[in-house]
Amino acid sequence: MNIFQIISEIEKVDPEVYDRLDSRRSIFKHMSGMGKTLAGAAVPLAFGAVLNKAYAQTSMAPSVNDVLNFALKLEYLEADFYNRGLGAMGATATAAQTAFRAGFSATNLAALDRIRNDEMAHVAFLRTALGTNAIAAPPANTFDFTGAKGGTTPGPFATVFTAPAVFLAVSQALEDTGVRAYKGGAPYLASNKDVLTAALNIHSVEARHASRIRTMRRAGAMNNAASQTAAAGTDRSASPKSWISGTDGGGPAPAQTAPVYAMGAAPAYTPAVITFPAEDNVTQGGVNLLTALASLNFPAVAFSEAFDEALPVPVVSDIARTFVVTGSTFI
Amino acid sequence: MSKITKAGGDDTGFDKPLYVPIKRRSFFMYAGATAGATALLLSGCDDDEVFADPKPPTTPTPPTTPGSTLVNVGSGDVGVLNYAYSLEQLEAAFYTQVRTGTYYTGLNASSAERQILDDLYYHEVIHREFFKAAITSAAPTGIIKNLTPNFSTINFNDRASVLGAAKAFEDLGVSAYNGAGRLISTTGNGPLYLLLAGKIVSVEARHAAVIRDLLQEGNFVGSDILTSDALEISKTPAVVAATANTFLAEGSKLDVSGLV
Repeated sequence: MNIFQIISEIEKVDPEVYDRLDSRRSIFKHMSGMGKTLAGAAVPLAFGAVLNKAYAQTSMAPSVNDVLNFALKLEYLEADFYNRGLGAMGATATAAQTAFRAGFSATNLAALDRIRNDEMAHVAFLRTALGTNAIAAPPANTFDFTGAKGGTTPGPFATVFTAPAVFLAVSQALEDTGVRAYKGGAPYLASNKDVLTAALNIHSVEARHASRIRTMRRAGAMNNAASQTAAAGTDRSASPKSWISGTDGGGPAPAQTAPVYAMGAAPAYTPAVITFPAEDNVTQGGVNLLTALASLNFPAVAFSEAFDEALPVPVVSDIARTFVVTGSTFI
Repeated sequence: MSKITKAGGDDTGFDKPLYVPIKRRSFFMYAGATAGATALLLSGCDDDEVFADPKPPTTPTPPTTPGSTLVNVGSGDVGVLNYAYSLEQLEAAFYTQVRTGTYYTGLNASSAERQILDDLYYHEVIHREFFKAAITSAAPTGIIKNLTPNFSTINFNDRASVLGAAKAFEDLGVSAYNGAGRLISTTGNGPLYLLLAGKIVSVEARHAAVIRDLLQEGNFVGSDILTSDALEISKTPAVVAATANTFLAEGSKLDVSGLV
């Protein structure tokens, strides 16, 4: 029998088979000795045991539909955030929304409306792509963007829909989380090239949104030429660059948003080559760039800024639950 | 495959925007090296993979004009890495040259534009050097050469010209990475390369957004780069190369025909 042909066949339905086996490389050493001591008929049994072991120890990696539905949940979350604060596209704004909108400059308000419309379009696109597999929109009031989780104790973002700076802070956390989430999901979409491409094409739009929100945050909600304001001082929590610099001091509200920029624990099913370091990571592909490229004499922080990092589904879920009411199992 | 264990060395050359044009003879030496690398890659495949891919090993495309040669990025994951490396070389060379023009030198050191252009220069040079190290480690004989840019259409003393070109390069980069994800393998280091491309493309998208904002406040996205579904419009290597080649000198223009 040809064990490697078997592995090749398995690979057709499970691209990660090599990683599963590779993490238990010692098994191959063990097996190479088997041939000498086991009768030929016993080898398939021994090989079967190896595969059982390789698969039994891993929870299931998400399917393409799992990843798309998780993305859809995040897009529902984002779309609801902008709709509630700014008013839905084409709808008449409530008095509260009208008053809130007056707290942004014309160019900033147009930018936010554009982002809201993009998130709604992403919801529609993912629902169409998933067809009957699409998760339905959650019941109204599933999300609580004040961070109070639906309770009576005021949350950390109690003024999210009345104070523009708080709104932009939550927006930055949501958009940066979205960027990390799509990046973490991409490897599980690789079996369907068209779906992968579509997800990548959403991923970069989320990054553009995040960049704009950050630009607005450092300039202030009423600034009508936000991009002309440089990041001030060294506090990237209050005055972010348009990209993530180190861990941005834990993000706009460190007590709540630090996990958005921190490392994530890899689920058991994660391929060995995939890791989820914090945003201040400077080691890429096994090379510490800060050390290897020291001769460039660049600012140290540039080496982390040049690369965004991914997060796995469970960590993104935990972050998203900051904005889900207690008792809901939507995310 | 092993992880990258060493950097590309100290000879970064980022302060030398112009390289000696490659000689015809040395090009063929280079082409031979690529064929060798391709054979090496194929030897690692099982029978099914070889027969599933009817394309022959990449061969240099004939020159487009007498005396000129194309830089073949190759095929497979190394080809994708070379493709990304070529675009990062172009971007890094661009921002390096930006720093010599009077538009940049005339900016107040504390201005947003100066800070943004400084960061973009750092990031793109780091991307270039990262790919140089990664490819050198993964396929030492398969790496493309240092490319010579041709920025003769850009006026580095003029804000609109510089930012317009920056917008073009950043948007092009995003669409290129998005379009190349599907070309990366799903086994071995493929998932790592896909993740690395993702780590870079979102930074490029952040760049693109703020450069577009500098040119026109609030234009961080637009119908020129997004579909009606609000998906970014990705581009194939062939389309990207056609644009990139207008900024590359003869002898440095790209042949991406192996990327399919």
